Amino acid sequence: MNDKNFTIESIRNGLLNKEFSATEITRYFLDNINKKDKDISAFITVTEKMALLQAEEIDNLIAQKKDIPVLAGVPLAIKDNILVKDIKNTCASKILENYTALYDATCVKKLKEAGVVILGKTNLDEFAMGASTENSAFFTTKNPYDLERVSGGSSGGSAAAVAADMCCVALGSDTGGSIRQPASFCGVVGLKPTYGAVSRYGLVAYASSLDQIGPITKTTKDAQIIFDIIKGKDEFDSTTVDMVSKINDLNFKISDLRIGVPKEYFIEGIDEEVDRIIKQAIKKCENEGAKIVEISLPHTKYALPTYYLIATSEASANLARYDGIRYGYSFKEAEDLLDVYLKSREKGFGSEVKRRIILGTYALSAGYYDAFYLKAQKVRTLLKRDFEKAFEKVDVIFTPVSPTPAFKIGEKINNPLSMYLSDIYTVSINLVGVPAVSVPVGFANHLPVGLQIIGKYFEENKILSIGSFFEE
Amino acid sequence: MITKKDIQHIAKLARINISEEEEEKFANDLLLILDYFNSLKEVDVSNVEPSFHSVEEFLEKKLELMREDKEKLSDEQLNEKLVSSALDRKEKYIKIKNVL
Repeated sequence: MNDKNFTIESIRNGLLNKEFSATEITRYFLDNINKKDKDISAFITVTEKMALLQAEEIDNLIAQKKDIPVLAGVPLAIKDNILVKDIKNTCASKILENYTALYDATCVKKLKEAGVVILGKTNLDEFAMGASTENSAFFTTKNPYDLERVSGGSSGGSAAAVAADMCCVALGSDTGGSIRQPASFCGVVGLKPTYGAVSRYGLVAYASSLDQIGPITKTTKDAQIIFDIIKGKDEFDSTTVDMVSKINDLNFKISDLRIGVPKEYFIEGIDEEVDRIIKQAIKKCENEGAKIVEISLPHTKYALPTYYLIATSEASANLARYDGIRYGYSFKEAEDLLDVYLKSREKGFGSEVKRRIILGTYALSAGYYDAFYLKAQKVRTLLKRDFEKAFEKVDVIFTPVSPTPAFKIGEKINNPLSMYLSDIYTVSINLVGVPAVSVPVGFANHLPVGLQIIGKYFEENKILSIGSFFEE
Repeated sequence: MITKKDIQHIAKLARINISEEEEEKFANDLLLILDYFNSLKEVDVSNVEPSFHSVEEFLEKKLELMREDKEKLSDEQLNEKLVSSALDRKEKYIKIKNVL
């Protein structure tokens, strides 16, 4: 049990070779949480009882010499906006502080069937709105590489938990970079699948046309295994698509690749070290024989305002469900029905959530709908065309994940616009719907830096396989 | 220009009570953010259709999105749990405060 870098494969081999039991491996990770999470604060809820029961089931199967499922005994952490039956689901918000999920999200159901051990629910920015977990109503998750810095967000708890070996793999959700940016900040792999590849049933909605669930792992191979299990059409999410049989994206060599590098992404404001490390990664592929092509995504500078208009508009509609009536926090001394709404939402939501609901309500209100919301949806079409045009010339696109490595806690929290700017390289991908993965490619001083590999629709296998090139 | 009165109006539409302090803060924040959003004004979108959904072309036949039109038995236990999540109830109904 000295191997600190457990992967799905090494756990499976360890179980099959009887090097350890599922209960022992689960205890190893629970002990790690006990020891390390005082400093890092990645977990909102630790589900020790559930984890040990799930581990015991696997050990029983092994004792009876039965086949064990593909993820048997693999300890998993889940972002606290993805429902796990009978476990609290807070979304790091006071309004859901005491809410317990009544059913499993589709991806959780699939992972349970595959034999995982669920260790707990991880911290996030409230309702996934943020880039640092500083908007969590409870606490900020620290970066395992430097406790004075943020873990990134919004899936900061999941990324930090994987990086600090407090779980083997984790689930996050990505609306504008919320898997990739924390993965980059914490030096782990984070995949945002194609929109529609993974069911959103049981993911608490933030911006429904952008949200996707994806894996955060130590290796691209683990990300591939988790993705293969959670993907696919789901009767409970009509936006899911079954593309498995239609895409053959694994027949390639690095030397045959045409890699696009968008000139608009290497701009003023990018950290010098990040710039150097990303260019070095690109060079590595060029040395292997890949063709590097400078491309243009001309509408890039409009991606961020477009994203924030669409995301906040959708959020203002989605978060209308928190009304203090059906579930969640309710202001008990309210005088009438309207007062229940006004005061439950006043006291239940944090500042950034209110700011985004108000922004979205404004963008959708009479007189502004055409100028803001509709305009943004049209610019989104132009962004899609940019990518379609680029993908005629190249197979994949390489960019930084974030213009800087992990920033200091408190550095950006009082300036919402500067916080929004840390999403500048990731939001386009959600607007367009293509898949992208963050893979660690170097360190700026002591802080990890991730490369973003963007693929064509439903070519997750290809971008993960390219990502594995940087693990050699 | 966003006034504090605008913020109060929008907050009321969004059914969120906000304090005077927040009113001022949000007015300032929104001013900055909307100014940034105004850069979209320079983009020519004549003859461009909006994309409300990013991968529409992959949802081949719209009819396939429909589930079969048949009765589904409801899960009484789940229904009971759902109703009991509410603050107040009467039998199978959720009870609310006076509307008027």
